[in-house]
Amino acid sequence: MATQSLLPAGDFHTSYAADTVIFPTAAGRWSAVAAIALLCCAPLVLSQYWLSILIQIGYLGIAALGLNILVGFTGQISIGHAAFFGLGAFTSAYVSSKLPVPVFFAIPLSALIAAIVGLVFGLPAARLKGLYLAIATLAAQYILLDFFSRAEWFTGGSVPAIAAPFSIFGFTLRGDRQYFYVVLAYLVLSYVLTTNLMRTRDGRALVAVRDHYLSAEIMGINLTKYRTLSFGLAAFYAGLGGALYAHYQEIVSNEGFTIDRSIMFLAMVIIGGLGSVMGTLMGTVFMVLLPEAMEWVSAALRGGPIDQLLALGKNIAFLREIAIGAVIVLFLLFEPDGLAHRWRRIKAYWKLYPFSH
Amino acid sequence: MNTQLLIQLLANGLIVGTLYGVVAMSFVLIYKATQVVNFAQGEFLLIGAWVCWWLLTKYQLPFYLGMPITLVFMLIFGVALQVCVLRPMIGEPVISVIMVTIGLSMVFQSAMKWIFGTNLQPFPPIFSSHAVDVFGLRIQTVYLMSLVVSLAMMAGMAWFFQFSKYGLAMRATAFNQQVAQSLGISVKTVFAMAWAISAVVSAVAGVVVAVVNGVSAGLSAYGIKVFPAVILGGLDSIAGAVLGGVIIGLLENLAHFFDSEYLHWGNLYEIAPFYVLIIILMIKPYGLFGTRDIERV
Repeated sequence: MATQSLLPAGDFHTSYAADTVIFPTAAGRWSAVAAIALLCCAPLVLSQYWLSILIQIGYLGIAALGLNILVGFTGQISIGHAAFFGLGAFTSAYVSSKLPVPVFFAIPLSALIAAIVGLVFGLPAARLKGLYLAIATLAAQYILLDFFSRAEWFTGGSVPAIAAPFSIFGFTLRGDRQYFYVVLAYLVLSYVLTTNLMRTRDGRALVAVRDHYLSAEIMGINLTKYRTLSFGLAAFYAGLGGALYAHYQEIVSNEGFTIDRSIMFLAMVIIGGLGSVMGTLMGTVFMVLLPEAMEWVSAALRGGPIDQLLALGKNIAFLREIAIGAVIVLFLLFEPDGLAHRWRRIKAYWKLYPFSH
Repeated sequence: MNTQLLIQLLANGLIVGTLYGVVAMSFVLIYKATQVVNFAQGEFLLIGAWVCWWLLTKYQLPFYLGMPITLVFMLIFGVALQVCVLRPMIGEPVISVIMVTIGLSMVFQSAMKWIFGTNLQPFPPIFSSHAVDVFGLRIQTVYLMSLVVSLAMMAGMAWFFQFSKYGLAMRATAFNQQVAQSLGISVKTVFAMAWAISAVVSAVAGVVVAVVNGVSAGLSAYGIKVFPAVILGGLDSIAGAVLGGVIIGLLENLAHFFDSEYLHWGNLYEIAPFYVLIIILMIKPYGLFGTRDIERV
């Protein structure tokens, strides 16, 4: 393990608890605290544009984290993640606007409802593996999306659903600057919870199911339970992300939850690194910034010869999709462990600089 | 009950279903030979149809020249895809391989939109179409042409696997790669060939659909519809894929019939195959003719 080599020389763990500690070094712990503190100051200095990107990274990062639990830690595959993201968004919009539930409670509630639906779809998953599961979740994606467009009482059908703005103790949070803290709180909470989950028996059971399910079963791990559970967890985070998305946009329509969005979630997880909690966030940052970066490049080239040759302005949407697909393929071919692995390598390199051994 | 409509829809279902069958067949071909689930199957139809359309309209080539060039292009395309992208993925986990094909499908789909636009383009008329009476049904000749081409491709495929040397080599490889290798079969060649044949057969199906309905990005939907068909038929059975395709085609149109006559839910025919898919996966995941080697867990 690359992380092991980063420990100071002579530092040997003598207990299991010391071995699984989240931050093995004080520097790591303080840099995490500093990063959160820095993010807390972000709304004070950043422009509206950058703030909206950060919020986007926040809610997508939460949903992608759920997918990483499912794909990276448990070794299941889901091509229907966006449908659960959408379910969370619509549920939160419905609960907060049609029922007398404050938004503060609507967000976790809709995550729970998404988790229950996820468990239902996870039941066949407990018996299916690999490609059969991929196809089953593909069907779930289409069925749920069809349900969204059909259930007018729930989603408004062709008319987008309205989600109430976030409010707490009768105090309504208006604008990106205040909503940012809500997303940040949920983001930190879910990442800390997930990191902790992976240190518990349940977390290790999920990894065991991924690595060798027969051995896991022999060791007394209930496969059905953990496979279904990971589906429920994935849907929970997807629903949470979706609910945050709903109250950020304050308007929810069907188009945001197509299979393209599902593929984007998968891309985030793969690019970040399967089975890496922090990698998920890196992958999300990458996937959110990729289209933006393409936008900047096309803006910089506007009017130039390349622009005239490729007609960037009207084709940027297609180019973006090509880039997403190409990035997935290239990462799987050349860097299958994702950005998290690359990051560890860079850290290890500088730790040992200038002697690489 | 509107019998006339029902029969008309069933005939439609049969025609569309055989096309699904052809696409499912080429999907199963790849799966059987190389154990890759190809999510980019629909894009093969799309690319084939667009390339043929482009040759026929831009260069004004006659169909008997344009079509072979398209097929040669697809042959090279299939081999190149296998060699450059799928070959390095051999031995990787199923999830990674699936994700690669999903990524490829995204790239191809948007690349086609980028190059050819999003609008539906009518295919240049290859032969004059007129309606004929078949057993009291008014059917356009293009539909009959589509049915005949599909059946011919199925027959060709059956002949290839039963009697030709390469077909037998492919079956041997699908049965057991090591044994095939020890018999002197180049597994590499077989893999490349599977992708090439699959791409070519899909392209023919794509051109057929394009001749009937015109070319648009919607063609890649066939790649998604193929999943219910192959799961129903059994993932590794070519005959099952054909039958599954026909059943899904009929089922779609039956759903459409009940929808328009009784239920009025709208849009049911698009979603019905996926409900069937879920049900089959729950009760009989190996399908009608598939090998029962799924590990029950």
